[in-house]
Amino acid sequence: MTIVECIDVQKTYQQGRIEVQALKDINLSIEKGEFLAVAGPSGSGKTTLLNLVGGLDVSDAGSIIVDGNAFDQMSQSQLAKLRLHKVGFVFQAYNLIPVLSAAENVEFVMLLQGVPANERRERSQAILDDVGLEGKYDRRPSELSGGQQQRVAVARAIVSNPSIVLADEPTANLDSKTGTGLLDMMKKMNSEKNVTFIFSTHDKMVMDYARRLILLHDGRLEEDRVK
Amino acid sequence: MYLQLAWRNIWRNKRRTAIILTAVVIGVWSMILLGSLMRGIAVGMIKNGISTLTGHLQIHHKGYHNDPAIENSISDPGVVENALRRVLPEGTLWSSRVRVNAVASNARHSSGVTLVGIDPASEAKVSFIGSAMSSGRYLDPHEKNGIIVGEALLEKFETKLGRKLVLMSQDTNREIASRAFRIVGTFKAEMEATERQYVFVNRTASQKMLKLKDGLSEIAILFPGKPDNPDAYNALRSALPSRQFEVHTWRELLPFQMAYLKILDGFMWIWYLVVFVAMGFGIINTTLMAVFERMREFGLLKALGMKPWWILREVLTESFLLLITGMAIGNFLGFVCIYALSGSGIDLSALAAGAEYAGMTRVIYPAIALRDILMSNMIVLFLGILVSAYPAVKAARFTPVEALAHT
Repeated sequence: MTIVECIDVQKTYQQGRIEVQALKDINLSIEKGEFLAVAGPSGSGKTTLLNLVGGLDVSDAGSIIVDGNAFDQMSQSQLAKLRLHKVGFVFQAYNLIPVLSAAENVEFVMLLQGVPANERRERSQAILDDVGLEGKYDRRPSELSGGQQQRVAVARAIVSNPSIVLADEPTANLDSKTGTGLLDMMKKMNSEKNVTFIFSTHDKMVMDYARRLILLHDGRLEEDRVK
Repeated sequence: MYLQLAWRNIWRNKRRTAIILTAVVIGVWSMILLGSLMRGIAVGMIKNGISTLTGHLQIHHKGYHNDPAIENSISDPGVVENALRRVLPEGTLWSSRVRVNAVASNARHSSGVTLVGIDPASEAKVSFIGSAMSSGRYLDPHEKNGIIVGEALLEKFETKLGRKLVLMSQDTNREIASRAFRIVGTFKAEMEATERQYVFVNRTASQKMLKLKDGLSEIAILFPGKPDNPDAYNALRSALPSRQFEVHTWRELLPFQMAYLKILDGFMWIWYLVVFVAMGFGIINTTLMAVFERMREFGLLKALGMKPWWILREVLTESFLLLITGMAIGNFLGFVCIYALSGSGIDLSALAAGAEYAGMTRVIYPAIALRDILMSNMIVLFLGILVSAYPAVKAARFTPVEALAHT
């Protein structure tokens, strides 16, 4: 089942007086359950592509369809709702809410979705167990290591059973051992729960983990291969 | 969890929060304390004014209020007394007086005074004089020659108890009437001006001196409860022939105090505004700093799917909790100070002349009006939320892409 489809997607940014075409004629399809990496040098458009697929930004031309929802026909409010229910995000800088504990960070998404309190707590603890953080539910981000924080971020991203998880350079701030552990965990989530993972990376380790590699260069799709 | 999140966010930067909280606390505390002192001044002025012979209502002969001459005396007090017994609520007290301008003199000095002829028993319950005696004795009911003067007048005349004082005025025949009285007691009043102005003799003695027969200058009425009783006022006006009598409320008889009351509200609004403007800049600055520091976080919240108005609500909730905390402490401090001052008051005796000029009492006691407390708290809360709206809207408008890219 096709979960993401990009058709002739274009995106241009204004950088001062210069117009930068971040993405040009991007066409791709992603199936449910894929574990793929979008790779390329800095400025190739990786993050821009992920932002568009995640509904954080809007393309200038072309269309993006995620789980049957065409973004060009959706308002900002509808996109926000879609992100809440269908898209999970994992960022390079973790982006956990510092005043909430690990469990509360995970619960937060479910709170926005209107899930009852006891169910939120149960599911957040279960998912934290799954990512290897059992017993650390009440730790604040400042009391966790980088790897642990990123695991919390992953837990937050997948707790609401999203259609896709977008991970933008998730291992960039981690050492290789921690990064490997994180990727093992995400691969496990992918195979057990059939969650689609889309990475943006220039880390070879991540590219090696991915089963499909999409290479971007200067905003164009150069290569799309399944390993 | 929203409240929990908002509360925890407030304490992210403890120092900054403590500073702005201090500003709110000082603002609210000063509004409440100074408001209560200003209200206390007003209450003191009015209480003093009412007890210094004004009462809650007064009845005069028609035209007396504009021209308090002896010709405008109530010649038929029986009509008034009947009406009073008929229409006034139970527990109402009244006192009938003669009141004329006179000259008091002794061997050393002379001075203009107001001669007040009273029925000692009823007057003691209606005005200040019953509890103001400071030396000697009060007037006896059938006293013919006794006079009570103020301490300040006694000092001015360089005289003492037992000595004579001659009073001179115009009688009903427009002739000069004079009589010597013996000083039997002195009184102490809130204001020295009162002590220098009024001298009290037995009503009968004054009527005889002025050839008034049963005539009266005024009847002062004191209600058992609040000073304003529109029903009694209207009933009295209906019961008394308007061609013969006029009825005045204390508000009409104390125009200076009424003017102060009107100005008081204006002063308090100005004070509230000044305090709030000073506080408001601090609140808006603090909230803006907090919002810009958390730009990435707001970007994350939007990325997760949080709607803009939820972010707005979150920032406003933080401001709300900050304000409520500051208000609670400020109110507490205000009430503690009011309680502390309620016993002793603030003694302005050192500024006696200036305070008297303004009609203020020597000692100011704070007076709490629920309206003032609610007003000061509502202003802080409402305007505090209002000034927080700008940073909150700013936070809600961050696009996820811009905000997440912010370093």
